[in-house]
Amino acid sequence: MTLAERDESAASPPTIDADERARRRARRLERVGKWVLPVLVMALALLAWDRIVVWNDIPHYTLPGPGLVFRTLIEDWAILFDALLVTLQITLLALLVAVLGGVGLAVLFTQSRWMEMSFYPYAVILQVTPVVAIAPLIFIYVDSRIAGLLICAWLVAFFPVLSNTTLGLNSADHNLRDLFRIYGATRWQRLRFLQLPSALPYFLGGLRIAGGLSLIGAVVAEYVAGTGGIGSGLAFRILEAGYRLNIPRMFAALILIAATGVLIFAALSLLSHLMLRKWHESAMTRER
Amino acid sequence: MPSEPARQAAPAPSGAAAARPPLLRMQGVDKVFNGDVVALKGMSLDVREGDFISLLGPSGCGKSTALRLLAGLSHPSRGRIAWDGGQEEGDLGVVFQEPTLMPWATVAQNIWLPLRLRGKSYAAVKDEVLEALRLVGLEKFQTAYPRELSGGMKMRVSIARALVTRPRLVLMDEPFAALDEITRFRLNDDLLALRDKIGCTVVFVTHSVFESVFLSDRIVVMAARPGRVIRELAVDAPYPRTDAFRTSAEYAAYCRDASDALHAAMGDAA
Repeated sequence: MTLAERDESAASPPTIDADERARRRARRLERVGKWVLPVLVMALALLAWDRIVVWNDIPHYTLPGPGLVFRTLIEDWAILFDALLVTLQITLLALLVAVLGGVGLAVLFTQSRWMEMSFYPYAVILQVTPVVAIAPLIFIYVDSRIAGLLICAWLVAFFPVLSNTTLGLNSADHNLRDLFRIYGATRWQRLRFLQLPSALPYFLGGLRIAGGLSLIGAVVAEYVAGTGGIGSGLAFRILEAGYRLNIPRMFAALILIAATGVLIFAALSLLSHLMLRKWHESAMTRER
Repeated sequence: MPSEPARQAAPAPSGAAAARPPLLRMQGVDKVFNGDVVALKGMSLDVREGDFISLLGPSGCGKSTALRLLAGLSHPSRGRIAWDGGQEEGDLGVVFQEPTLMPWATVAQNIWLPLRLRGKSYAAVKDEVLEALRLVGLEKFQTAYPRELSGGMKMRVSIARALVTRPRLVLMDEPFAALDEITRFRLNDDLLALRDKIGCTVVFVTHSVFESVFLSDRIVVMAARPGRVIRELAVDAPYPRTDAFRTSAEYAAYCRDASDALHAAMGDAA
């Protein structure tokens, strides 16, 4: 919608015909349904779970009911919350390093074809090698447990940032590139004023994927690292609870991990929306 | 189809044009891609201070190649292109077929770009940016983002950006080809008014006979395969040109001349 059109529509009185009424009703239903339906499905699933457990007399060391899981979540909150903080710490640190490493490498690659040709294949190799296969080696050579976890989580998370940012840096409008050349822009100016802004939507897309992956990386690495005691995360709590047949706690920890993942995704989506809403197509709400 | 001799001698430019000091000279320029694709063959062109030159021709005649050479974006395979007295920073402004604005920047920030790349802060050049916006009639839209503007408005911003350095030469590569006719006429009028005000030299690429006659005082007609100049026409109608010129018999006669030359160019290529 252009500014000129906007003026026009503001001046004329609104005419609402049958089509428009139908459209408005559909919009309203969609707005409500988007929230109500998933909650309804969740409630039904919990109810079914509960009934299955009660009606079949399933013992809690096989399948605890949702009520028991919820009670465990509250009773074991102190242990679980500490574990959550550890996992969250690794996840966020890994994400931070993935962003720094991914963007840094992407910038390096676009500044020098030689660098890209030399190192990009190895970035791909790191990406396609399963982290569970590399993790045991890492924990042999890296003494610090935190550092080991961080490396594992980083290995999983950095690639989407790297590949998306590289794509974004290279997809700056070619006429704008010509314009920068005509005006004698330096390499740094081109990067700062043209390539980085062009890459922002791509980078943010990569960041959302990397957020989920760094949580996965952190959890997987914890499984491999395995040693318990103070400073162990949610994945270790799940393993430990499994050895003790404390199934309710396994479920409680699982819920926390899932909730963390959702939260990270939501936060990064919000960040992306806030950064792009002024100018990028992806953040626009269509008018008609 | 009227067929004229391919390399008819160009008519002598009018007295006023010939007297102007030279700005830029293209001499015997060839441009060859991939070793054997001849995009431009033996092109010579004198651009004089104050000229409005249109490069008119069918697609593939090398008019955009010529413009890129003039912009310094590529270099001649043979021949030379030289600015009389050398080219200085800000001497050149370019308008592409697309508005080519940065979508993440406001209108004012887009226009600031050429000056920003020279290390000027916005505060230092604010007046120049606003003046350029005023020239194209968009002073109310300085904080708008490009997506909020219509196609014609975006093109105006693009023109303001090209003019903000007060260039001696403005190169325009079919800037209005993607716009509807009403908008194109408006922008044609405004472009002439603008040039009247700031007095820059323009080299304008187009495939529209009517546009080239209305705007320019010299039309360089080009043919394809290989891209080359086949005729130069002078349009001696005085500026300022208004709607009255667009409907005059004189205009129609010039259009017929240019159209004949263009047909010859196309017949020649076939």
